[in-house]
Amino acid sequence: MSIDWQPTAEIATLRERARLMGRVRAFFAARHVLEVETPVLGHGGSTDVHLDSLYCEAMMPSGQERLWLQTSPEFHMKRLLAAGSGPIFQLARSFRDGEVGSRHNLEFTMLEWYRPGFSLGALIDETDALIREVLPDDPGPQHRHRYRDLFRERLAIDPFTEDLDGLRRMASEKGGLDMEDAQRDDCLDLLMSLVIEPTLGREGLDVVIDYPASQAALARRHQDPQDGAWVASRFEVYRHGLELANGYDELTDASEQQVRFHEDNSARRALGKPEVDVDERLVAALRSGMPSGSGVALGLDRLIQLALGKGRVADVMAFATPGA
Amino acid sequence: MANYSTNEFKGGLKVMLDGDPCAIVENDFVKPGKGQAFNRVKLRNLMTGRVWERTFKSGDSLEGADVLELEMEYLYSDGDMWYFMKTDGSFEQYAVEKRALADTEKWLKEQVPYTVTLWNDNAISVTPPNFIELEVTETDPGLKGDTAQGGSKPATLSSGAVVRVPLFINEGEVLKIDTRSGEYVSRA
Repeated sequence: MSIDWQPTAEIATLRERARLMGRVRAFFAARHVLEVETPVLGHGGSTDVHLDSLYCEAMMPSGQERLWLQTSPEFHMKRLLAAGSGPIFQLARSFRDGEVGSRHNLEFTMLEWYRPGFSLGALIDETDALIREVLPDDPGPQHRHRYRDLFRERLAIDPFTEDLDGLRRMASEKGGLDMEDAQRDDCLDLLMSLVIEPTLGREGLDVVIDYPASQAALARRHQDPQDGAWVASRFEVYRHGLELANGYDELTDASEQQVRFHEDNSARRALGKPEVDVDERLVAALRSGMPSGSGVALGLDRLIQLALGKGRVADVMAFATPGA
Repeated sequence: MANYSTNEFKGGLKVMLDGDPCAIVENDFVKPGKGQAFNRVKLRNLMTGRVWERTFKSGDSLEGADVLELEMEYLYSDGDMWYFMKTDGSFEQYAVEKRALADTEKWLKEQVPYTVTLWNDNAISVTPPNFIELEVTETDPGLKGDTAQGGSKPATLSSGAVVRVPLFINEGEVLKIDTRSGEYVSRA
């Protein structure tokens, strides 16, 4: 049997990719956002219940240590912010165990940037501008949708108040699988990813805001001025059914951050998943003071895939993991 | 049989779903920004040939199916069953029902090797070779000299299949046929 050694992407595609990465760098240079490079390996990993981290055992002067491959450059970049870096961006190689498919690759390039002093709305507009800079054609107008409104309009349920039985029934029916034991957020995730997401970004750029408070991750929470419900100060941007970016009004409260890390690890234990070492250095950095502001992570491979009209994210990678 | 988790669902893996053996065709990973991951899986039901699309929670598992694909030569039919023999030298024979034979019935020729799919040691489907050589038993007379122009006519082959052939083909000729498309390829 012959061994397939060829690149996943065509060489012509890699040339286009390099050109588009040049545009990304020029976009930030013009806005005086500093490019930084932070480590792929860190002593802390992401505790997020739905992210699986890879790690390695490395020999250090002090002996063998476990180092985590970063699922995004977030923690190191926030430590730079706390140290007074000002606005920063990074094209960061990131790793997520188990995530391989038409839209995922085990390692990928995250375009992540932080804007001290920016409101979430201001960062949504800057993310919109960056996407338009990279796409060859005008994607059309930007529409913002509250998470709650999307579920009301598309599924005729209120995701914040519908009882768990109702959510489980709808998730089982729409997903065609048994969700009778599922948690509330798992039902919402299924409905979001299988029913709502594919319809987003078909005409223009769709931005989803005001996620359920339980899905805040590392975002602040606020009370919706319209209906008083607590929501996560988060947004996601969609184009052609593809999630491109995920942004937060960043949590800066060290104690709250520590609580969320430990809640995550409790949830991981309950699910029989391994616990992840908490990044105590991030907590210490927040304690010393990180400026308020917003940050966003954008899947650069997906944006390039859309810009070049490719069907799979692997089509724009020199070597996708299965052939690496 | 072993159980297989969604991250082991590679193309070709045989699993049990709703009581039928299936082959994984495609397995895609679906995940919202931050949240529970799912796998959208296309499976071919090996009993019916139909493709199913199902969603699983990532990490869910299915029981493996005891499915084997073996090369066997076609021997004969008694009208009720069709008999095939393993080509591994064991001379072991399998009887295949009409339902399992399905469309392959029209591509049968003695001593040609077929791929027979066995589930729990019962034949559930038979796949012909991609190309097969069959004799024309019935067609309109050939047109002399018309070897370059287009145009075609139906021809009945020794296996019973009817295919479109060029006008210059005559009865008694042996043709190479692509069984996947049912199209004439060339004279054998």
